Amino acid sequence: MMTDRSPKFTKGLDWPLIYLYALLVFIGLISIYAVEHRGSEDLLYALTHLSHHFAQQLKWAGVAAIAAVIILLIDSKFYTATANLLYVLGILLLLVVLVVGKDIKGSHSWLVIGGFQFQPAEFTKLCTLLALSKYLSNIETDFTKLRSRIIASCLILLPIVIILLQNETGLALVYLSFFLVLYREGLPGILLVIGFSVIVLVLSALLVEKTTLFIIFSVLAALVIFFMRKMIIRKRRILMYILLIWAFCGAFVMFAVPFAFHHILHPYQVSRINVMLGKEVSRGADYNVQQSKIAIGSGGLLGKGYLKGTQTRFDFVPEQSTDFIFCTIGEDFGFAGSVVLLLIYTLLILRIVKIAERQRSSFSRIYAYGVACILFFHVAINIGMTVGLAPVIGIPLPLISYGGSSLLGFTLLFFVMVRLDADRQMVLR
Amino acid sequence: MSIYNQSRKTIILLIFFSIFGVIALRLFYLQVIEKKYRALAAQQAVQRLIVYPTRGIIYDRNGNAIVNNDALYDLMVTPREVKKAMDTSYFCQLLGIDTSQFRIKMHRAVVRNGWMRPSVFAPLLPLDVYGRLQESLYQFPGFSLVERPVRHYPFHCGGDIWGLIGEADSSIIRKSNYFYQAGDFLGITGLERTYEPLLMGQRGIHYVVRDVHNRIMGSYEDGKFDTAAIAGKNLKLSVDMPLQLFGEKLMQNKIGAIVALDPKTGGVLAMISAPDFDPNILSGADRGKNYLTLLRDPAKPLYNRATQAMYPPGSTFKPLEALVALDERVITPSFGIYCVGYYYGCGRVLHCTEHWLGHSKDLETAIAYSCNSYFFDVFRKIVDHTGNVEQGLAEWRKYMHNFGLGHRLGIDIPGESPGNIPDTTHYNKIFGDDHWSSCTIVSCGIGQGEILETPLQMANGACIIANRGYYYTPHFVAGIDGNTELLAPFHQKHVVTDIPDSLYQYVVNGMAQVVQRGTGAASQIPGIIMCGKTGTAQNPHGKDHSLFIAFAPKDHPKIAIAVVVENAGYGATYAAPIASLMVEKYLNDTIAAGPRTALLNRMMNTTILPDSLMKYVKPADNRLDSIWNRKVAQLKIKRHLETKDMIFSRNRDHRSKSDYFIRKKTYAVTENDDRP
Repeated sequence: MMTDRSPKFTKGLDWPLIYLYALLVFIGLISIYAVEHRGSEDLLYALTHLSHHFAQQLKWAGVAAIAAVIILLIDSKFYTATANLLYVLGILLLLVVLVVGKDIKGSHSWLVIGGFQFQPAEFTKLCTLLALSKYLSNIETDFTKLRSRIIASCLILLPIVIILLQNETGLALVYLSFFLVLYREGLPGILLVIGFSVIVLVLSALLVEKTTLFIIFSVLAALVIFFMRKMIIRKRRILMYILLIWAFCGAFVMFAVPFAFHHILHPYQVSRINVMLGKEVSRGADYNVQQSKIAIGSGGLLGKGYLKGTQTRFDFVPEQSTDFIFCTIGEDFGFAGSVVLLLIYTLLILRIVKIAERQRSSFSRIYAYGVACILFFHVAINIGMTVGLAPVIGIPLPLISYGGSSLLGFTLLFFVMVRLDADRQMVLR
Repeated sequence: MSIYNQSRKTIILLIFFSIFGVIALRLFYLQVIEKKYRALAAQQAVQRLIVYPTRGIIYDRNGNAIVNNDALYDLMVTPREVKKAMDTSYFCQLLGIDTSQFRIKMHRAVVRNGWMRPSVFAPLLPLDVYGRLQESLYQFPGFSLVERPVRHYPFHCGGDIWGLIGEADSSIIRKSNYFYQAGDFLGITGLERTYEPLLMGQRGIHYVVRDVHNRIMGSYEDGKFDTAAIAGKNLKLSVDMPLQLFGEKLMQNKIGAIVALDPKTGGVLAMISAPDFDPNILSGADRGKNYLTLLRDPAKPLYNRATQAMYPPGSTFKPLEALVALDERVITPSFGIYCVGYYYGCGRVLHCTEHWLGHSKDLETAIAYSCNSYFFDVFRKIVDHTGNVEQGLAEWRKYMHNFGLGHRLGIDIPGESPGNIPDTTHYNKIFGDDHWSSCTIVSCGIGQGEILETPLQMANGACIIANRGYYYTPHFVAGIDGNTELLAPFHQKHVVTDIPDSLYQYVVNGMAQVVQRGTGAASQIPGIIMCGKTGTAQNPHGKDHSLFIAFAPKDHPKIAIAVVVENAGYGATYAAPIASLMVEKYLNDTIAAGPRTALLNRMMNTTILPDSLMKYVKPADNRLDSIWNRKVAQLKIKRHLETKDMIFSRNRDHRSKSDYFIRKKTYAVTENDDRP
């Protein structure tokens, strides 16, 4: 087995991807430095004060680099072979956290081992993705069958449920992005449409008054029946479907959404959603987003210049080095800098999709798509929430936000993919 | 399997890009189109700080600083940085407070300014506390000393005149259209108030960035938008500080005022309002307490008697009246009357102080011996000469107005009183139309009745006679560096009337006679011909006020002066000697040895307690049998003296304590004497 492997572990690596990865980590470091920078302090000060986020992140970047090398040294077959085992271990770890985890900022998702805080949910992303890839790439799996689709969905939903129990809604939602992978692998498009419709329904239920909405649905249903009357005469079942959809929508907005808001979601979650929709303007609830928007908005076209931002440096924006790190870039580098960052992420995602599509092995392809989807979901939701487009759910900006778990988690996801891609010629599975 | 779903790659990428596109559009809106966020950020993080310029210094005519700037220190605290383990009791011992006060002060700091911002823990530390604290401040992290400029008065006198600065209150802030802010200091009395815009200088603006806790994080954009503060302008006064101090000494333990003017310019040479207080006690930490004590003092030290108090001028009014009579041609200089101490012209007996025949044989003599009968007659002649008393009085009033009486002169310190010259409507209201005559109001002829003058107006009257017919508005400020505009009104000559110089000469001669052989003969200055006029003003507040106006030398006068000593009796007894000493000091720079120095010592060491003050400390009901009342009175006197001693012994060490000992004794004596 080892004979057909190149002696150098660097052979076949996708360097553009690694450069983009390094670039983002670098941007993250300078952003964190900018957040903490005070007029009188220089780089040396930041480096020598280990309690500062910058020095911590630098340390984590080193750890991530070592982890990346180790992963690249491991044979790619290891991941296919241990995927299910890792999944089981991951789930067990999540369950353990449920019991012995520690509450940090309202979420019960942290393990504290010897002073290190560590969020297993970041790593189970990798396990889930590996298991999903393994299951879908199995020759015996026929994804056109309902049974396989249900099993695949269950693989995704199991960690979601546990993480929701840990009160870490943001990370749980990330797993939903795997359904895009399922779509790529043959899940009917209608499911995406239905999912999208449900989101639209929820939003309209929140924005429009219930009765008005019900009247609108009724009018729409009547119009559809009117225009399809000839088809309905031919096929009576169509009328039944239309009426069913109408009844479902009505019930959904009249009862399901209010019920969910009053009995399932936490009050803070409701208020965050309301803030996003612009319905709630009380200072406490929208303070984060308001400050974040002020910081980003005050950046203007070209920004205030590196280390010149006032809003992010002087603690006006809460959580600025973690979830709201994008504010620093928005304020210091302006619209130009923000768009460049979006472009870097776009390039990265394009590169991953390109890598995915060139795989001969389904396992590698599915895995790469999974990475792309997770990355996309993180970026879209994180930046979306800083500019007031998405509700504030605490998920980090990949590779840029301060935090060891997040950086290490993404590094593992990336470099497993790089390893798989480097071996694409050899592994036919 | 993958082959079948290749097209779905495009759909997935489409979803990715459309959502990124939406985010990019949103960013474009937030950062490029919407401008309000930039303003909001500036509002939150950038703050205007006002840089206060140093206040202008006030100098006397010789360049001695009368009011300058000193630095005291505020003890500041940043509650967050204070260590729990600090030695609180030692700290309190240094400050001279107890630990409960410490806790209250800390609590107040937190409530007012929060944990992160420094706030004042103890303002304006006394120098000894500052010295003790500075050495051991390193033991108390979180505490710091911040310099704060305060006004300093090196001569420890004249608080009413130079004025005080005080914190802007809400009404001042509103009136200034929010130019002043809470905590700002501005001139509230005296010259400090009049020349506030010049003295304060021009404030600078410093833009700083602040963090969410409102801590200052540095200057904004390297100070690109900052403007520097411009120091306040210095004032140079016409005041002669040695003369001022000399006057202060003469007036110690008396109540009254001295105003000395330079007749050639209208500049104030000295202005003393007694009792005076040391303005420095209103600069330090006990400012509030001391101010209250001064406010409650029955002798009203905060009241500037030189410009605010209105006294009946008494006989000092006679020279001006003589001028009017001469100009109206109702008398000639040789006009004389028969007087042996009584005036019968009005059907009732009016008294004159002189009883020998001949003291009213002509104008000069009548002035010299201050014959009341003569001036009753002269006044009646003035108001009656047209045949209509109303018309006569109106004409007389016009003259008085031109002499600067009955209206504010416009001196450059605020709060000046107008004095009073009665008019016909006033008498019509009291007596009814046509129910009064020159006899009804005859007391005006000797400066009594409704006539009231401020000491400043008396001095100005002396100026007019000294100048033979003109005066400049009295003023303190002789020069402001680089600005003469404000002083223009003081350079305008007021020619009072077209009374010819020759007529002035008779009055001037009369006033010279006052000192040479008349009522003021005891106040002759060797080698100087001083022209003066004594006055003894009856008043409703007790014993007569002692008054004197004068100018000297007779030809080319250099100083015009008015002295009022409340409740001191005859003008010749106190006011005239004090005025003569002032004149001698100013013209000769020293007091001649011998009787003059003896006079000086006698004047300085005399304590005159006016009845008005005694009235305050004595109960109104003064029955013989009332032992209770007597006890109350003693108690009140005791308490009053204690508070006095407290202020003076602490703050006025330049005066000897024995003054107050004397004063105390006088109280006791007066107390006993007054028992019926």
